[in-house]
Amino acid sequence: MQEFYNRSILTVLTFLPMVAALLILLMPRGAVIAIRGFALAAALVNLALSVPLFFLFRSAEAGMQFELQVPWVYLSGQPAITYHVGIDGISLFMVLLTTFLSAIAIAGSFGGIRTREREYYALMLFLEAGMAGVFVALDLVLFYTFWEAMLIPMYFIIGVWGGQRRIYAAVKFFLYTMIGSLLMLVAILVLVWLNYQHTGVRTFDILQLSAVPMTRAAQNLLFLAFGLAFAIKVPMFPFHTWLPDAHVEAPTAGSVILAGVLLKMGTYGFLRFCLPLFPEASAAFAPLLIALAIIGIIYGALVALVQPDMKKLVAYSSVSHLGVAVLGIFVFTLQGMMGGMVQMISHGLSTGALFLCVGMIYERRHTREISEFGGIWAVMPKYGALLIMVTLASIGLPFMSGFVGEWLVFLGSWLANPWYAVFAATGVILSACYMLWMIQRVLQGEITHEQNRGLKDLNLREMAVLVPLVAGTIWIGVYPKPVLDRIEPSLARIQEIVAPAQPFAEDPAGPMSFRGVRDEESPPARTSQTYERQVVVQPRDSSHRVRNDNPAAHRVRNDSPMSFRGVRDEESPPAQTSGAPNNAPQESGR
Amino acid sequence: MIWNATVPFGAWAVLSGLLFTMGAAGFLVRRDPIVMFMCIELMLNAGNLLFVAAARYLGVVDGQVYVFFVMTVAAAEVAVGLAIIVAIFRRKTTIDVDEMSEMRG
Amino acid sequence: MRAYLWLIPLLPLLGVLINAWFGHRLPRRVSGAVACLVVFGSFVLGVAALIRLIGMPPGQRIIYHKLFPWISTGGFESAVALMYDPLSAVMVCVVTGVGFLIHVYSLGYMAHDPRYPRFFAYMNLFTFAMLMLVLADNFLLMFVGWEGVGLCSYLLIGFWFERKSASDAGMKAFIVNRVGDFGFLLGMMFIFAVFGSLRFHDVFKQVAADPATLTLTVTGICLLLFVGATGKSAQIPLYVWLPDAMEGPTPVSALIHAATMVTAGVYMVARCWIMFLNAPLALTVVACIGALTALFAATIALVQNDIKRVLAYSTISQLGYMFMACGAGVFAAGVFHLMTHAFFKALLFLGAGSVMHAMSDDTDIRRMGGLMKWLPVTGVTFWVGTLAISGIPPFSGFFSKDEIIWSSLAGPMGSWVFWVFGVVTAALTAFYMARLTFKVFHGQPRMSGEQKHHLHESPPSMAWVLILLAVGASLAGFLNIPPAIAHLLHLPERWTAAFTNFLEPSVGTHEQAVYLLEASVGGSQIGFAKLAHGLQHNAALEFGLMGITLALAAGAILTGRWMYVSRPGTGTALARKLPFLFRTLQNKYYLDEFYKAVIVRPGMALGNALWRGFDVLVIEGIVNGIAIATAIISRLFRVFQTGYVRNYAAGILAGAILIIWVLMR
Repeated sequence: MQEFYNRSILTVLTFLPMVAALLILLMPRGAVIAIRGFALAAALVNLALSVPLFFLFRSAEAGMQFELQVPWVYLSGQPAITYHVGIDGISLFMVLLTTFLSAIAIAGSFGGIRTREREYYALMLFLEAGMAGVFVALDLVLFYTFWEAMLIPMYFIIGVWGGQRRIYAAVKFFLYTMIGSLLMLVAILVLVWLNYQHTGVRTFDILQLSAVPMTRAAQNLLFLAFGLAFAIKVPMFPFHTWLPDAHVEAPTAGSVILAGVLLKMGTYGFLRFCLPLFPEASAAFAPLLIALAIIGIIYGALVALVQPDMKKLVAYSSVSHLGVAVLGIFVFTLQGMMGGMVQMISHGLSTGALFLCVGMIYERRHTREISEFGGIWAVMPKYGALLIMVTLASIGLPFMSGFVGEWLVFLGSWLANPWYAVFAATGVILSACYMLWMIQRVLQGEITHEQNRGLKDLNLREMAVLVPLVAGTIWIGVYPKPVLDRIEPSLARIQEIVAPAQPFAEDPAGPMSFRGVRDEESPPARTSQTYERQVVVQPRDSSHRVRNDNPAAHRVRNDSPMSFRGVRDEESPPAQTSGAPNNAPQESGR
Repeated sequence: MIWNATVPFGAWAVLSGLLFTMGAAGFLVRRDPIVMFMCIELMLNAGNLLFVAAARYLGVVDGQVYVFFVMTVAAAEVAVGLAIIVAIFRRKTTIDVDEMSEMRG
Repeated sequence: MRAYLWLIPLLPLLGVLINAWFGHRLPRRVSGAVACLVVFGSFVLGVAALIRLIGMPPGQRIIYHKLFPWISTGGFESAVALMYDPLSAVMVCVVTGVGFLIHVYSLGYMAHDPRYPRFFAYMNLFTFAMLMLVLADNFLLMFVGWEGVGLCSYLLIGFWFERKSASDAGMKAFIVNRVGDFGFLLGMMFIFAVFGSLRFHDVFKQVAADPATLTLTVTGICLLLFVGATGKSAQIPLYVWLPDAMEGPTPVSALIHAATMVTAGVYMVARCWIMFLNAPLALTVVACIGALTALFAATIALVQNDIKRVLAYSTISQLGYMFMACGAGVFAAGVFHLMTHAFFKALLFLGAGSVMHAMSDDTDIRRMGGLMKWLPVTGVTFWVGTLAISGIPPFSGFFSKDEIIWSSLAGPMGSWVFWVFGVVTAALTAFYMARLTFKVFHGQPRMSGEQKHHLHESPPSMAWVLILLAVGASLAGFLNIPPAIAHLLHLPERWTAAFTNFLEPSVGTHEQAVYLLEASVGGSQIGFAKLAHGLQHNAALEFGLMGITLALAAGAILTGRWMYVSRPGTGTALARKLPFLFRTLQNKYYLDEFYKAVIVRPGMALGNALWRGFDVLVIEGIVNGIAIATAIISRLFRVFQTGYVRNYAAGILAGAILIIWVLMR
């Protein structure tokens, strides 16, 4: 039974929504209740099916789990393209986020979607299938297919059920993403061709492609091609302008999915493709990406500060928050990367909830202008309480998920270079400014508009949609260990590939040489399942770092006054503090 | 008994060419989509004729197989095309092709 | 022992859950009782743990309890782990003890508020966060409480969120605190980068073992941490939020903005005493900021007319005292003042609340006067608070303030400059408190007839709290009788400086401080040519200085009586003579306006410029420009699309003929 689950679950998660979507299209147009119920049931079944993944996932392993590989297309007798799915710690949570947010988004649409409901729910389920496919695919063709396929339902969801300028927003979203992904398609083909040149094997399998030797120029170009696709998707600073338009025009559930899952495909892509496939190029471009990420953090926050539209405010806050995630990924310290990953999950939950909150008052008032509200906490106490909790999760209050991610990212970037952390952490102040100011203008004060006096508080369905999200952020905030433990080995493996990579500094034979040197140093088989867990503390070697290697020096001197009372040993020696300072300093992080 | 070909291949080719030219000319000058359809059929069948003749002339069966494909495609095309014409007529109450220039750039 | 340490913070959390989920369905009585009982439960547990602690040998007075791992990944470890040592014990007892009394007071004070359960949920949440702050055994968990109390402060200041001023004040408090938290965050990262751990134990052990080489690093860390402390404890330059925080309900001002939360910075500095003593430069900064804030806030308090704002500035000033003591290297004195201050400032705030209650929520002291007649309990207890804060013996403030003023001179980092600041501030404190008390409770009644008609003493639940706090404010000082006085009165050994001795395991002794400072100065190039070793306890000098302070304070009170009771017009006349000084003080040195002009407005302008200028014009211009360019190019090819089928067909035909011609050629 479990064997069957292990092999088939990812396929089921991907195609079950697709089947459900087709079935919905067969239902009569008018059976709205049945359509809604069926769509929600399908999403819930998918969610229920995905939950065991979390428990069955073997957290000590870095490699792929729940794998299934079936030959698909043969090229000269070799199964070049395969149906290959599998998840590691990174994609596990992306898949869970997908199933979770899809169910929430579908349940959250009942109030807002009043036209063409059959097509809407079918598209939502198609979207879920596409997103799940992107995260489980381990074959580049399969990945690219899902990556593109998922654009179509999103395009229609924005373009059909959106607001005033929906066509503009939908086309902009589509074209923007397409530009990136077409370059990525070219890069995929080049990568496969390079691999063929080198090994004589035609394959699109991600795991097999991860050690393709290539010239510096080729690696840089491929990194840029992949990176542009992902940077647009994230979206990183200069490529972000599609996001506010798409968010403002999209229906609530569309925004939830867009912010919660679609944007994560960018950061996921960086982790899955850019870093392991092109480590030297990643190292070479890391300063640029870090700079863009930090600019994005501050820029997004400052622009969010002055937005008159709630949804736009949340959209720009996404630019800021995902800047934090990208920063964490590209500082190449394990803490930073872990933080980036947690930030992705956390942002999915908290921003999803924020968009739902905005949608809920939009359904009541048909406006999102902040100035149209004011004082509605008095008439909607439950809404006020939940909005405040969601906001706090978003601004990274401790014991909420945002803090875990932000703290780890800032810590990781401090270890890489303290200035990164100094600039990035200003986002902590700015996020409080724009979020609390919005809270003040929406919830607090006197009721300024008479229409707001009669607003109904949240009903049971709306509570049921929001409360799980809030509970999720608190869970990750208070007890993130299960999450962190599952992610760490997979990220550590990527970090081991990337962190020692020098930006082509040691290329002995000039710019055109293959990168043979690095391969000897790096772990022999990156796909091996026997990853031994290492605790990597990478404190940076810098002038302020004063660490005595002699353990005896840390013993309290008996003749000093500090020995009698100042510091006492506690009852249990701190065995769990692994980065014990008197260890010999390990290799520096970068 | 074996049919003994007395007509030379060249004659078939000329006939096919004539039929095709008629079809093409008709398609270009007529405005009635029904007639235009018939012209298309004429062109397709000109092609078919040449295929069959060539197959016979060369003594291979390939050409005749192609004809079957052409015929099925033509049948499908007519079905779809007529449906479109009916739909257009319902909408515009005319089927004059010169009235239909919405695709102008 | 370990088994119930975790219950101390958990109980208030339970109260939060009950009041937040079921509060509106419970009868008010039950909802309030639950909130008070959970805090009382924590208090009992805290006292039990304290007794247990006293039973242990002084060197081993510490209890650790690790609950569960928190953020631990990639070589970073932190746990939700609690620690109970003398310093935590003092804080826990103050937080839960004074907190409990304020909860009880709130039962009466908030009785008519429609959002009664929500208020108690917030109050319990605050208690929880504050307990996490003081019980944490590592910096990161401390930061949880640190931000948590900031959140509760935000929620409670803006409790009456219909008032724009209240929600403004809440937001200001949170954001200014976040500026401080930014420094705290960076400080924690720095600590981890250097020491590889965030546990107090691990960090301090390393610092203590090797003070000489670590000085430079630790100075950076301490300065960053102190940024956090200036935010939370309302010191220059981040004090601006505290006066505005008075928009919150008065029990909130008493609990959060006087007795507990604002002292978190002092607690943190005292907790990190080893690090601060290893960083003499940082310590000097602490002392200077503290001394400046003490004087600066006291001058503003001289001219404020809002009863709560006077107390707010007085709080800032007293917090400055505590930092000055810490900065002089005598952390125990800072913590002792923290404790006595919790009593008398809570008492004063609650007394102010009682006055406001009677005055129909009017806070302007120009419309009060002679209230002693109608509010005898409030008046008498308020006088106790005034005398305590003015440092008149035998009230508690005398002992703690005298300790601080003496330490600022005699501490290992002490100096005459600090002593002068301390004494001048003491005189000013006595004067503004006298002004406040005389204007409110004595002289001619100046309120309107309407208000006069409604004047009434507070209900017993509130009055009893005032009395209990007054007892505390009178007697708490005897916990720490200075050796000079004890010697004079021939008191037994265990009465002498009992509080300081109890705290010593947590905040160090004089010898330890000197040792650390010497090691730091010796090992670094910071430039302390000669370190003050501190003065020995010189009874004559001590009594002499004490006499100066006392005489000044008593004189100030008498001057206050003369100016505001005997000759009521004097104050106004003085203000008219010095209009510039008066206006500057009344406008709090224009610091709010300064921040608004230098930070808030430019920040908003920058946001707008980035949005409308950069985002919309530049980036969108490029994006849409590409689209427009494409459209222009495509216009060239439009002419080929006539829309007529036959044109296309002719094109196809021509093309086919062309291809055939090419092939046949």
